[in-house]
Amino acid sequence: MIEVENLSVRYGTAYAARDVSFFVARGVSFGIVGESGSGKSTVLRALAGLSREWSGTIRVGGETVAPVRDRAFFRRVQMVFQDPYGSLHPRQTIDRALSEPLLVHGIKDIEPRIAAALAEVALPPDTRFRYPHQLSGGQRQRVAIARALMAGPEVLLLDEPTSALDVSVQAEVLNLLSDLQEKRGLTYILVSHNLAVVAHLCARIGVMQGGEMVEQLTADDLRAGRTKHPHTEALRRLSVELEETDAQHGQAA
Amino acid sequence: MEVIVDNLRIAFPSPSGKVEAVRGVSFVLGQEKLAIVGESGSGKSLTARAILRLLPRAAIITANALRFDGIDVLDADESTMRRIRGGRAGLVMQDPKFSLNPVMTAGAQIAEAWRAHRGGSRKLAREAAVDLLAQVQIRDPGAVADRYPHQLSGGMGQRVMIAMMLAPDPELLIADEPTSALDATVQAEILRLIEDLVQRRGMGLILISHDLPLVSHFCDRVLVMYAGRVVEECSAGELARARHPYTRGLLECLPILSEKRRRLAVLRRDPSWAAA
Repeated sequence: MIEVENLSVRYGTAYAARDVSFFVARGVSFGIVGESGSGKSTVLRALAGLSREWSGTIRVGGETVAPVRDRAFFRRVQMVFQDPYGSLHPRQTIDRALSEPLLVHGIKDIEPRIAAALAEVALPPDTRFRYPHQLSGGQRQRVAIARALMAGPEVLLLDEPTSALDVSVQAEVLNLLSDLQEKRGLTYILVSHNLAVVAHLCARIGVMQGGEMVEQLTADDLRAGRTKHPHTEALRRLSVELEETDAQHGQAA
Repeated sequence: MEVIVDNLRIAFPSPSGKVEAVRGVSFVLGQEKLAIVGESGSGKSLTARAILRLLPRAAIITANALRFDGIDVLDADESTMRRIRGGRAGLVMQDPKFSLNPVMTAGAQIAEAWRAHRGGSRKLAREAAVDLLAQVQIRDPGAVADRYPHQLSGGMGQRVMIAMMLAPDPELLIADEPTSALDATVQAEILRLIEDLVQRRGMGLILISHDLPLVSHFCDRVLVMYAGRVVEECSAGELARARHPYTRGLLECLPILSEKRRRLAVLRRDPSWAAA
């Protein structure tokens, strides 16, 4: 579904991403992990068409995409951002936020589609005429997901979709993303610094460091510690250490 | 230094009557590391801020006792409170981007905090600032002191915040989600730094977070708050044996790396948890 070959993004003389290549099959999730500044969001933004200063090849569904994307591209590929409060217009109702993609793409039947979209992300129907500030963080992220799905895309680009949420809400949003993927056969690319979140949702993971994708491995290999690159191992060990809440820790403390 | 909180209640007026955000929280804090864990809106930040009397103007605050080292916080005048705030008790907030002054260099901000509480010449304060930056493990403290906040990474910004809070040599450090805006790796570094400084300086620590497993690594005791009340209190080492369904729910809804969970458990909120 998505093929990225030798993608490089350069700002002046500094590479934000360098020769990144990966391949994502249809209906599968691919995760990108790394620390701030590792280039993971840069890659996602280049894919989404939010930055134009890139070189290399990006193919979506077999077609090579140009630096400036056309409308058809945005029907196939949509993005969900980290902070749902920042990505929804504060003075527009949810109804307006959800109808906009339909108007842009000239899709009819706005009424029933909005009702269906809210139901799909498990929001009550009366959410429709509320403003973003009247919703909780989790509800806002559901609206952002609903909006991304309005035009019926095949690919969702997810940039830290749950980092701004409480852990219990994070669980609900991750479950929602799994359900939607199963139902609609969506392809996800998920960027996060949280290894556990990425491994939960994605079967394959790319690890980035200093603008390069230093390793690609399956989530099972990551869990089992079958890593090749020292940076992957360092991230994995930290994540596992911080997870332990068992008696071991009690004795150590 | 001892903080005593007994039956603390914080309410806000609303058109439909008073809404209580904190409903009868009690604890005693000595020279130890206490974590207050809960979701957004559980009242954890309000509870900690009440100790510094840093609450919104509209807040109606009552308690049987609210004392900082014997000082009655509810009754103290503003100048007494000003000596506690920043001086004897420091507050580190979530996002250094919003809590640092964007038009002052890091060094100047730390020096300002130093002089406000300890006096001394500009030169002395500047030297102290560089020394504090070194204490929070910044590699080139002299150079970082001359940088502006936008030239710092999130982790470095948070170190600068901590250095500023340490300037007056406080007895208590309140850290309100100090690492939520940071990467997992930087998160651990900052928490280790806080733990180490607290240990070395013999301070008390209140660490506020929504990440239960994470804080349990850096604290002695954990208070779990739900809807304005403490629903469970346990020592950090015994978290795995926590009893309250809410605490269990918080632990079980996390995706974890060491084990594959097909579907994440979702908290089923029981109205009885919120009942008094």
